[in-house]
Amino acid sequence: MSTRLATGGRLLNKAKPVNFTFNGKNLRGYEGDTLASALLANDQMLVGRSFKYHRPRGIVAAGPEEPNALVNLGAEGRFEPNARATTTPLFDGLQAASQNHWPSLEFDVGAINKHLSRFLPAGFYYKMFMYPRAAWKHVYEPFIRQSAGLGKAPKATDVDTYEHFYAFCDVLIIGGGVAGLHAALTAGKSGARVIVMEQSDHWGGRAPVDGGTVDGQPVDKFVDGMVTELETLENVTLRRNCMGAGVYDHGYVLGYERLRDDSPHVQGPRHRLWRVRAAHIITATGAIERPLSFAGNDIPGVMLAAAVRDYLVNHGVSVGDRTVVVTNNDNAYLTAIALKHAGLDVPAIVDARVLPQDSQLMEQAKALGIRVMMGHGIASVKGGKRVTGVEICAQAGEGAVLEEISCDAVAMSGGWSPVVHLWSHCGGKLRWDTTQACFSPDVDNPPLGADGMGFVTPAGAASGVFALDDVLNDAFAAADGVMTSLGFDVPRDLKSPEAERRQDAPMMPVWLMPQGASVKLREKAWLDYQNDVKVSDVRLAAQEGFVSVEHAKRYTTLGMATDQGKLSNINGLATLAGALDADIPSVGTTTFRPPYHPISMASIAGEARGTVFQPIRRTPMHDWHDTHGAEWEPVGHWRRPYAYKQGGESTYDAVMREVTNTREKMGLLDASTLGKLIVKGPDAGRFLDMMYTNMMSTLKVGKCRYGLMCSENGFLIDDGVVARFDEDTWLCHTTTGGAERIHGHMEEWLQTEWWDWQVYVANVTEQYAQVAVVGPNARKALEKLGGMDVSKEALGFMDWADGELGGFKVRVYRISFSGELSYEIAVDASHGQAFWDALMVAGHDLGVMPYGTECLHILRAEKGFIMIGDESDGTIIPQDLGLHWAISKKKEDYLGKRAQERSHMTDPNRWQLVGLETTDGSVLPDGAYAVAEGENENGQRNMQGRVTSTYHSPTLGKGIAMGLVLNGPDRMGETLIFPGTDGKEYQAKIVNPVFYDPKGEKQNV
Amino acid sequence: MLVLTCHACGVTAEETEFHAGGEAHLKRFGPGSSDEDFEEYLFMRANPKGVHFERWRHANGCGKWFHVARDTMTLEVFGSYSAQAFAPPEELLSRIEDRRPGWRGQD
Repeated sequence: MSTRLATGGRLLNKAKPVNFTFNGKNLRGYEGDTLASALLANDQMLVGRSFKYHRPRGIVAAGPEEPNALVNLGAEGRFEPNARATTTPLFDGLQAASQNHWPSLEFDVGAINKHLSRFLPAGFYYKMFMYPRAAWKHVYEPFIRQSAGLGKAPKATDVDTYEHFYAFCDVLIIGGGVAGLHAALTAGKSGARVIVMEQSDHWGGRAPVDGGTVDGQPVDKFVDGMVTELETLENVTLRRNCMGAGVYDHGYVLGYERLRDDSPHVQGPRHRLWRVRAAHIITATGAIERPLSFAGNDIPGVMLAAAVRDYLVNHGVSVGDRTVVVTNNDNAYLTAIALKHAGLDVPAIVDARVLPQDSQLMEQAKALGIRVMMGHGIASVKGGKRVTGVEICAQAGEGAVLEEISCDAVAMSGGWSPVVHLWSHCGGKLRWDTTQACFSPDVDNPPLGADGMGFVTPAGAASGVFALDDVLNDAFAAADGVMTSLGFDVPRDLKSPEAERRQDAPMMPVWLMPQGASVKLREKAWLDYQNDVKVSDVRLAAQEGFVSVEHAKRYTTLGMATDQGKLSNINGLATLAGALDADIPSVGTTTFRPPYHPISMASIAGEARGTVFQPIRRTPMHDWHDTHGAEWEPVGHWRRPYAYKQGGESTYDAVMREVTNTREKMGLLDASTLGKLIVKGPDAGRFLDMMYTNMMSTLKVGKCRYGLMCSENGFLIDDGVVARFDEDTWLCHTTTGGAERIHGHMEEWLQTEWWDWQVYVANVTEQYAQVAVVGPNARKALEKLGGMDVSKEALGFMDWADGELGGFKVRVYRISFSGELSYEIAVDASHGQAFWDALMVAGHDLGVMPYGTECLHILRAEKGFIMIGDESDGTIIPQDLGLHWAISKKKEDYLGKRAQERSHMTDPNRWQLVGLETTDGSVLPDGAYAVAEGENENGQRNMQGRVTSTYHSPTLGKGIAMGLVLNGPDRMGETLIFPGTDGKEYQAKIVNPVFYDPKGEKQNV
Repeated sequence: MLVLTCHACGVTAEETEFHAGGEAHLKRFGPGSSDEDFEEYLFMRANPKGVHFERWRHANGCGKWFHVARDTMTLEVFGSYSAQAFAPPEELLSRIEDRRPGWRGQD
């Protein structure tokens, strides 16, 4: 039985009882409980099932290293899977449910797997589920998904809010235990800007539980004193419930602050992600106790010795009436002593060591009447869903049972491992500490910053010192060193306080208990509780040749569970080293990657969700479109009207109407999003000749020319109309999505290749609103507005002119992307809406209607005009598209020219642009491939072309398409077969891509 | 995430403010060049473990390109210099020599 004691629980507020549920059962705890401590107080030791064998799993630890106690938390918009009970604060109304069981926690069908464990060894996924291949999808995976799985994915939208926080400091201290606080005080008093992050909601770390005296006062009072003093320092920021999640290059740190996890009903963000730049980082992250590997060490009731002590001291919870302590070090004696002081029974301390004389703590334990069994170990733990006893053996032997001790809890300690994760994230190296059998930071090989100097310093237990006085001295030395290196003066009177020194006996590494455990025992000695990896699995991996630690990890799944091996790694490494007959440091560790402990996905997203997910660019006429039925299409960060729906018509009908209306009467297109780049300077013409495949330096002032741009690799990257304003000024139109990219492209060449050329480029895209006035009535509408002469004689096709229309200062380009009489008119952005309104009024009797991007696409496709991104995809050169006329033969050089001379680019068998017309008038499926005779070397049908653009043309009353076809232009009239994904075959004839007005008579009027 | 200093405007900022532009000091080969030279220019890039000269653009800042000398292994930044240069400045090279004695011989 685990239960709440009448007294004790230093973190509890017993005046504030709290109600919560677990698997629908109503339970009670206190403010200050974690979910784990409250479950234990209600005798709910069984909290889940293991991943593979569905073994019953109980709470093992008291912190983020907990491997088993993962629960589904909350409901609906506050549902969260895989929440760790040990780090989940209890609050009134909390709902938790256990995971990974089916149909129930108490009775689990999958538990049959444990009887099959002989057949499910390491790598069983790789071995068993390989064949037959189809069975994986239809048999194995559905069964595994049904009976296993950790947590459920949330279905509802998260109702909480999250935020990012940016901060800068001189020293970021991760960990608010005695080491972190003392380092913070030293740095704070030296005048540095300090941030301290503590993952739990209380200061002091383990020290207040483990006891001791500093400067003559109990350590918890010493902690309180430090916190009080730190709170008075304005240059120090203290954050509790804030975990240092990851250390990244050049002193970048992510902190994960949980603000409302204990009070979901309170307004405000739930989590806050701190994005900190620190000149230096001190990792005072403490240490984690290791389990011992003995048979049955996974039975609920077997816990870490320090966790048993934590629950007792912090939460007034006894995990059992009779607790056997098993250890290889002195620290676990503190648990036995604390239990005894609380009036609980400790039948024995089973200590694997044989020591010449008793240490201070051993003497204390013995004085309390506890039986200390030196040189002994646990052969096996008895029990199913709960410990009922232990069988004792000699540690040196093979597991012959000497006696059985009945108990309902086992507190184990295999020694302590410094939390080196944050030290290691950015490349800090480790060294093996033989005396304490742990990896600790190799301070001579720290992670390096921008200046090539180390930017992380470990302090306290995180650097591998565990005694209280050592911890304080180490923290002071760390802070002192960091302050000096950053150029701060540490006040002379600052020094490390005096802690009472306890003489502990050395620990003894124990990687298997008993050391000669038989196969039968090894098969029950767990290393990774969540993933069901046992000593026998790691040995098998080694035997099968997985000698690298990274390979053995993946083969056995050791350390791959959500706890990322916080408990299992070192024991696993040591087991592997043992199996390989190698020493531990030569086997090495797997890589430590951030985050240290899982953080919520929502905190990473922060505010970037919903309407503020990303900025949206709006043209000056955006709101007008919105109120006139626009269906929006995202183009880059812009939103453009796809079509304007009238009445109850469908989108398709709207598009068809817009095409017909524009061809027969008049249409308006908001073309403001098109990129507009001013290129100016004495060398601008020469520069544009390099940028475009055709000649721009010869363009006459007052004229426009369509141009193509290629990358240095020869591929088409953008197109648009270029106008020459004066002797040294050009305006280059780019595609909507290309403005910033092409601007950057130009700048790159100007700044890094031809930096002696006198050219400036300015992106004026947003300075102008641009309206395309298109259709046979376009001129009449402009004449109605009145002002400049827009006749053919005054303003011919491909001319531009400045002037005035309807009182607006305008720049008019006679260019056409539709094949109709067309004026693209630019006005100052601030006049965009007014000008648009004026055009709608002027065009009212002329049949004016706005049109969207889909209509624009059909108009251009009917004319055989290419579209960047449809006809081009980054692998297409202009020559593929029949655009030879736009490639200068005279120029010696332009970007892409040399590349286009390569043999593959001049291959006559490159697919070429053609028009495609279905034989029955239907619309070809977009992206469909034309099949050819025979098969390729992979047994697939040979291909001879593909569709790049395809539409129904209302003008022609049939489906039209463009495509790239092998030797296409030479095969006019031939019929190709395009199999669709719908199972049908489409037949299309190769035709000229210009379907509408091939002579261009309509646009040149 | 690196911290870099823009040589053009002097601002020291997060990597997210910059855009990486690959190996510095490439020599352009255009029409008339051999296939080998053109291939070398267009595709072949140094990938040293250690000292590397790179192009960066202060894309979300002043918009200017500049050069950075950096250690690809330790991420130490030796300095930034003008984009309008055919080779790193001598002063920078000697600073790198101080930090990485003999690095030039390793190429």
